[in-house]
Amino acid sequence: MTQKSSAVQWLYGATILLAVILPWLFHDWNTGRHSGFMISMLSQMGMMIILALSYNMLLGQAGLFSLCHATFFGIGGYATVHFLNAAGSQALPVPMELMPLLAGFAGLGLAIVFGYMATKQRATAFAMITLGIGELMATAAVMFHHFFGGEGGVTTNRMIEQSLFGLTYSSGIQVYYLIVAWTILATAGMYFLTQTPLGQLANATRDNFERAQFVGYNPRMVRFLQFSLSGFFAGIGGGLYAITYEIVTFDALAGPLSANALLMAYIGGTTVFGGPILGAVLITLLQSGVSLLSNSWLVYVGVIFIAMVIFAPAGFAGIIAAHRPLLNSGHWTKLIMPYARLVIPGLAIVLGFIGLVELLSFLTIGAAQGKKLVLMGTAIDVSFSRPWLICAGLFLAGGVWLHFEAARVGRIWQTLTVDLMKRRET
Amino acid sequence: MSVAAAVQLSDVRKNFGPTEIIRGVDLDIVTGERHCIIGPNGAGKTTLFNLISGRFPISSGSISLHGQRIDTLAPHQINRIGLSRSFQITSIFQKLSVFENVRCALLWSRGYKYSFWSPLWRQKRLNEETQFLLEDLNLATRRDTPAGLLSYAEQRALEIGMTIAGGASVILLDEPTAGMSNTETDYAIALIRRVTEGKTLLMVEHDMKVVFDLANTITVLVYGQVVASGSPQSVRANRAVQEAYLGEVEG
Repeated sequence: MTQKSSAVQWLYGATILLAVILPWLFHDWNTGRHSGFMISMLSQMGMMIILALSYNMLLGQAGLFSLCHATFFGIGGYATVHFLNAAGSQALPVPMELMPLLAGFAGLGLAIVFGYMATKQRATAFAMITLGIGELMATAAVMFHHFFGGEGGVTTNRMIEQSLFGLTYSSGIQVYYLIVAWTILATAGMYFLTQTPLGQLANATRDNFERAQFVGYNPRMVRFLQFSLSGFFAGIGGGLYAITYEIVTFDALAGPLSANALLMAYIGGTTVFGGPILGAVLITLLQSGVSLLSNSWLVYVGVIFIAMVIFAPAGFAGIIAAHRPLLNSGHWTKLIMPYARLVIPGLAIVLGFIGLVELLSFLTIGAAQGKKLVLMGTAIDVSFSRPWLICAGLFLAGGVWLHFEAARVGRIWQTLTVDLMKRRET
Repeated sequence: MSVAAAVQLSDVRKNFGPTEIIRGVDLDIVTGERHCIIGPNGAGKTTLFNLISGRFPISSGSISLHGQRIDTLAPHQINRIGLSRSFQITSIFQKLSVFENVRCALLWSRGYKYSFWSPLWRQKRLNEETQFLLEDLNLATRRDTPAGLLSYAEQRALEIGMTIAGGASVILLDEPTAGMSNTETDYAIALIRRVTEGKTLLMVEHDMKVVFDLANTITVLVYGQVVASGSPQSVRANRAVQEAYLGEVEG
């Protein structure tokens, strides 16, 4: 127990440290400028971490499959734009540092209203209601110009000259550190909640809502409170979004962002508290990094998601957690070779797949954009059959080979676990 | 109404569609007694439990707990005024640890409600009480194991523990020894006897040895109606019961 928690504490400490120093590693000391790309990617990561973690308060912790989580993120964003505008005209004496808190209250308020409706039900019916709420809000955002600004969204200026620390927030790095601070606060807050009676009861109603009733709890009340609080944290994320971009449009509350919250939480791992952080970082990396290299980055996100659902439903964090007993007992050394043998077929299948996707993309979209596929300095003609055959061959051969190697890993894993259990009993 | 009745059912009926499952049951469960309900399969024993504990609404009649009508209340409300139940098919929080399971069962009765501001690690008294209960249930060594990974008998013991943890004065146990070996049954009965000391116990049971060993009062339910109710001796001597039920078992 203690060994586990101290390792996890180290990991959180290292992550925070990395978040603080990373902008300076990409700082151009000659011009004195920060890397705009890096700052904006890291800022995005912060907001997405909050979004994914708050989503997991529903999916992972309470077993609630919500399809409208971006609603509360978005409302926090829209509200913050109006708060900033009010503050800019001296009508709202709130310092910038506390704006995300107000955004949180906006998220909380709306989550109380919608939560009251949605949490009447659980499971599939709950998912249906949230789908309806998400669509309702997306429509409302286009219809009610006064608050949402229609298609163009609403804009603001974050230089409101109200700060606890005398900061102007004129530069991206100042905003980034505000995001870091709020991400840490929100994460700590959400972790704290898992350690309270409500957090525990959320897990309990997820596992068995009927038993929860017969120990004196109203599962609906548990769902309602958990839903409302998750809306609060999502709102904070939205507030940071508004401060960063100074514009909030329909995208901040529409379905695709709700789906993104689900993807991040699931790929990262819903069974471990920190799993969604991993997912948020990974998806943001793909989104900002791979999207520069490839038109088809969303295809890769989709394929990773499907692969996770099929092969590793506990996500990346779940995979790591599953290795912990073997790591502690020293058995993990026996897994090195079997894992190493996965590398070549694994690479083959991945490269083959990427090759096929890119060839297809260049054949259609790329051609329309007048782009050419260049690999290691050589232009590749996508209308030739040879590159297609090579990629297909790699993909198929890698797939067959990987199938056998993976079965081998499975067998070894089985023996090691059985061995471990026997040892524990004696 | 008799003052001593902990649970009182009068003319309770339940139908699912056109089928009447419980056909007018009148029953007084006296405070402090160990009351067993027996009857052939499909007699409606579990349904009766579901009605008393509020899992299903009744079709007509009334049920009261310590003189208070409970047949219109939700299960959690009934639980809060002092009635707790276990299930025939084990019903625990699978992914929570054994410790967390028992602690969840204690939370409401210890006044925590839906608190999201009091960290559980700081509730010294609550954690001590949980630990004490675990030791009482003989589950202390399994403290951190996810409840879903316990052996069948351990899960049953955990469920009994969760049922009594909140300190309810009326305990309903639905076939607590079903599927257990002889030694496990003996152990479970000793456990039930110990933890329900001073409480009112209402139990559905198939094992006649257990029934006559444990019960002060036995009620025989056949086809949704009470055919006999009274002390073990009088029920054993009842001809109707012998024909309808015991005859098959002992003969």
